[in-house]
Amino acid sequence: MCLAIPGKIKSIISDEPLSRTARVDFGGTIREVNLVCVPEAKIGDYVLVHVGMALSTIDETEAQQVFRYLREMEDLSESRESGDEIS
Amino acid sequence: MKFLDEYRDPTAVRRYVRAIAEITTRDWTIMEICGGQTHSIVKFGLDSLLPDKITLLHGPGCPVCVTPAELIDKAIEIASRPEVIFCSFGDMMRVPGTGKDLLSVKAAGGDIRMVYSPLDAVRLARENPHRQVVFFAIGFETTAPANAMAVMQAKQSGLKNFTVLVSHVLVPPAIEAILSSPDNRVQGFLAAGHVCAVMGYTEYEPIAEQFRVPIVVTGFEPLDIIQGIYLCIKQLEEKRFEVENAYSRVVNREGNRTAQRVMGDLFRVVNRKWRGIGEIPASGLGLKEEYKEFDAELRFGVAGKKVEEATECISGLILRGMKKPPDCPAYGTKCTPEHPLGATMVSSEGTCAAYYSYRRLAPLGKSESQRQKNG
Ligand code: SF4
Repeated sequence: MCLAIPGKIKSIISDEPLSRTARVDFGGTIREVNLVCVPEAKIGDYVLVHVGMALSTIDETEAQQVFRYLREMEDLSESRESGDEIS
Repeated sequence: MKFLDEYRDPTAVRRYVRAIAEITTRDWTIMEICGGQTHSIVKFGLDSLLPDKITLLHGPGCPVCVTPAELIDKAIEIASRPEVIFCSFGDMMRVPGTGKDLLSVKAAGGDIRMVYSPLDAVRLARENPHRQVVFFAIGFETTAPANAMAVMQAKQSGLKNFTVLVSHVLVPPAIEAILSSPDNRVQGFLAAGHVCAVMGYTEYEPIAEQFRVPIVVTGFEPLDIIQGIYLCIKQLEEKRFEVENAYSRVVNREGNRTAQRVMGDLFRVVNRKWRGIGEIPASGLGLKEEYKEFDAELRFGVAGKKVEEATECISGLILRGMKKPPDCPAYGTKCTPEHPLGATMVSSEGTCAAYYSYRRLAPLGKSESQRQKNG
């Protein structure tokens, strides 16, 4: 029910205050999406869309966080292991 | 698809699984709040990858499941009227009220339409000025901005034929209700990422502190969920009880201020009955007084209706993490997705339906009662 999927803004088709609307591409399927809650979103941005409303703009740097964390975690445990060997 | 596929990478998931095994020294029980997460966990078998010491309990985060039977009965009463076009998300169609479901009203000639967005219902109201268009506005905080926006658009366009039947629920009061229960077993939570996309996570900070539970804001893809579990276990092992954000590509601490403003303009906090659980104080949203002309309960005179729920189904215990579906005598026999007895079997995000679809009658883990018996 809280399913929300990321899509890319292709074009803005209305700039009315209560119905700022974009055409958003979800892997080839295009849908109209209300952008009122993401006033900063612009063409080319990825937005997270739930029942026709964009709820947030996806932060492209933060998108790497889960992989970055994994690498750091593994580097740390490797250095800990090699540290153990020395002592 | 970008921002989806990369979070399903099995190698990365396995590396997190290994890391979880390395840090886990004790038995821990954590609950994912959101039905979407339950669905992913069962679908991808994430729970079966975890060390035996970790138990995942499935929370009450399926709005379809927790919508009380009396509201379904009200929906059915309204949808049966000849002048009404009743619009709903598809998942609500087969949820049983005390007797029928919406699908049977449709089969009997009721004009019921499945819509993707509440904004589609507003469009229908514009196109059908001589009919009454009613939207069944259910959902958590995630869905509230869209539902609020629909009413705002209807008001702005001066529509007199659009109303909403509101059954909005809120997550933090449900977490508090679970933690306050004397037989609570949950030691940590994965908070629902899309709820937090709207609300941020400041509301969870006092809960983490007061009840000494880690709460990790978590996304919906396998890698997101497994990282959420890792961070939650890590906090438990280190005796930290904080709110942590594992879904920063979508969620920030303050949430979406614009969405919160839209919701705040339309809705006020009300007491709400949860199916299988009962009334939780201040756990829902209802329309503000200024918008009562858009309230379907008032327009169609069904506000006072109250009904008792059937007792056979143990979904209330499942929703609070006390039982798992195989513990229910009706599971897979009298109760299946084709003939659901209780709400957790109806929606694909309901715990019973997720187990049934992906596990049939051969659950991977031991059932909850066996677990308790074995100590
Ligand atoms: S299997 Fe059916 S009857 Fe049993 S708890 Fe689940 S929904 Fe209720």
